[in-house]
Amino acid sequence: MSATVIQTDLGSNSVRAFDVEAIRADFPILSSEVYGKPLAYLDNGASAQKPRQVIEAMQQVYEAEYANVHRGVHYMSQQATRSYEEVRRKLQRFLNARSENEIVFTRGATEGINLVANSYGRAFLKAGDEIVISHMEHHANIVPWQLLRDQIGIDLKVVPIHDDGSLDMRAYRALLTGRTRIVAMTHVANALGSIVPIAEVIRLAHDVGAVVLVDGCQSAPHTTVDVRALDADFYVFAPHKTYGPTGIGVLYGKEAILNAMPPWQGGGDMIASVSFESTTYQVAPLRFEAGTPSIAEAIGLGAAIDYVSAIGMGAIAAHEEGLLHYATERLSSIDGLKIIGTAREKAAIVSFVMGCAHPHDIGTIIDRAGIAIRTGHHCAEPVMERYGLAATARASFGLYNTVNEVDALADAIEGVKELLG
Amino acid sequence: MFDELRDLYQEVILDHGKNPRNFRRPESFTREAVGNNPMCGDALVIYLSVDADKTISDVAFQGQGCAISLASASMMTEILTGHPVDRAEALFRVFHQLCTGGEPAVDDLAFVDEETLERLQMLSGVREFPMRVKCATLAWHALDAAVRGEHKTSTE
Repeated sequence: MSATVIQTDLGSNSVRAFDVEAIRADFPILSSEVYGKPLAYLDNGASAQKPRQVIEAMQQVYEAEYANVHRGVHYMSQQATRSYEEVRRKLQRFLNARSENEIVFTRGATEGINLVANSYGRAFLKAGDEIVISHMEHHANIVPWQLLRDQIGIDLKVVPIHDDGSLDMRAYRALLTGRTRIVAMTHVANALGSIVPIAEVIRLAHDVGAVVLVDGCQSAPHTTVDVRALDADFYVFAPHKTYGPTGIGVLYGKEAILNAMPPWQGGGDMIASVSFESTTYQVAPLRFEAGTPSIAEAIGLGAAIDYVSAIGMGAIAAHEEGLLHYATERLSSIDGLKIIGTAREKAAIVSFVMGCAHPHDIGTIIDRAGIAIRTGHHCAEPVMERYGLAATARASFGLYNTVNEVDALADAIEGVKELLG
Repeated sequence: MFDELRDLYQEVILDHGKNPRNFRRPESFTREAVGNNPMCGDALVIYLSVDADKTISDVAFQGQGCAISLASASMMTEILTGHPVDRAEALFRVFHQLCTGGEPAVDDLAFVDEETLERLQMLSGVREFPMRVKCATLAWHALDAAVRGEHKTSTE
């Protein structure tokens, strides 16, 4: 790891200075120019950029220690298996799971949710049972439950949100019944930035005997996650939003629950023994990892976890909170710009609309100033519809963003007004 | 700001985007079709009226969209009115080629007079913005669906 963290000893206290310029130097793509302008990458909610450490770790796999995992006695297979399984232990520590057996590798966060819906959902739910989600889920935490509903006849209940984008906790309590079996809820809403009081959500769900799946796609990159303190039953996150590679996802599940669940996909690696008459299955996590996994991606993820852990999730959260406050102040002072999602508890995501310009026009125009933001419905159409919008423009910040980039964004938005206003 | 942006967001485009023509639901029409752009959630409904002699007598639309998709829809309604309905597809092909930087086919151009070509070219600045071609062609896709008697279309 390079010198991204400066540790200063002050007596017994250890203070970490957050050196954003040193961090930026670790991300090769951040020195790119777009249309002759320095890239300001403010689309981290969609996917984050990768530090050299992740890129090099993946290259190292292919150049020096690549083979399939969990097969073969030869040297390379052992090396690859050891590196792959070491990442599971890193994730156990990163999420504070009890055991590495609670960490399942999937192809993405979406697949993790589909796994729970298909395996847990089909095995333990029946017609008339209820699943509770919120109005601000992205499609990955809506559609798998709708598919399950259509297959087995469960009911899907939606918790409304307040105008500021915070979860309506009173309505949530009222929706929980003795028939609630699963609560599937985002930790941080991707389109609005609202932070859900997830510990309270989980406690209330457990009071009625439901299990809780936390969608951590937008929380894992930005804050410390402790699945044990939260008492989450399932937690999924997307490594590519956490400075790691695409093609891999993480599903945490309590070990006893995972081992009670039937396999979802069948294939190699997930079996104990196979004959044409009967096949027996591995215990978790391998039960849920059919076929050759994403090996280099897992190892790249391990490097990403090392990277953010060395900086410290607390320091990252504090840096991003500073950016959120500054961006909120700068953007809300622009005439004709309205921020969508103003909950008191927010992550560094600023969604906005302008009277004079459609989000797509905003996105195209500021792109020419080198600024990358997301425009559209953010794969969360129901919450857009809740605000009577088809789309918003969204700036989402990561650990390498700077106040200068916020200024560049605000200046470019002034340019939009000049062009279209 | 930048030449390409000025080229795309010219005054005439901005005017059509802000004050779209034929932005209404006619009391009667021959066919309607919906165009959806799943990338941004925009949706337009096109209302097409065709005479007994198969001439397009009216095109109108409603919906929401960006400056480009609204301007394109607005200009399309003006361009198409008065043309034989069986030439709409050829006009769409010419427009599509202009928006993507391609060469319109000679056979298609045979149907297009100079004034129509000029109007079809208004949005050709979008060729520098590949992600926005779908915005420019959304209304045309819906029109095409209406002509062919389909009721829903999508630009993806």
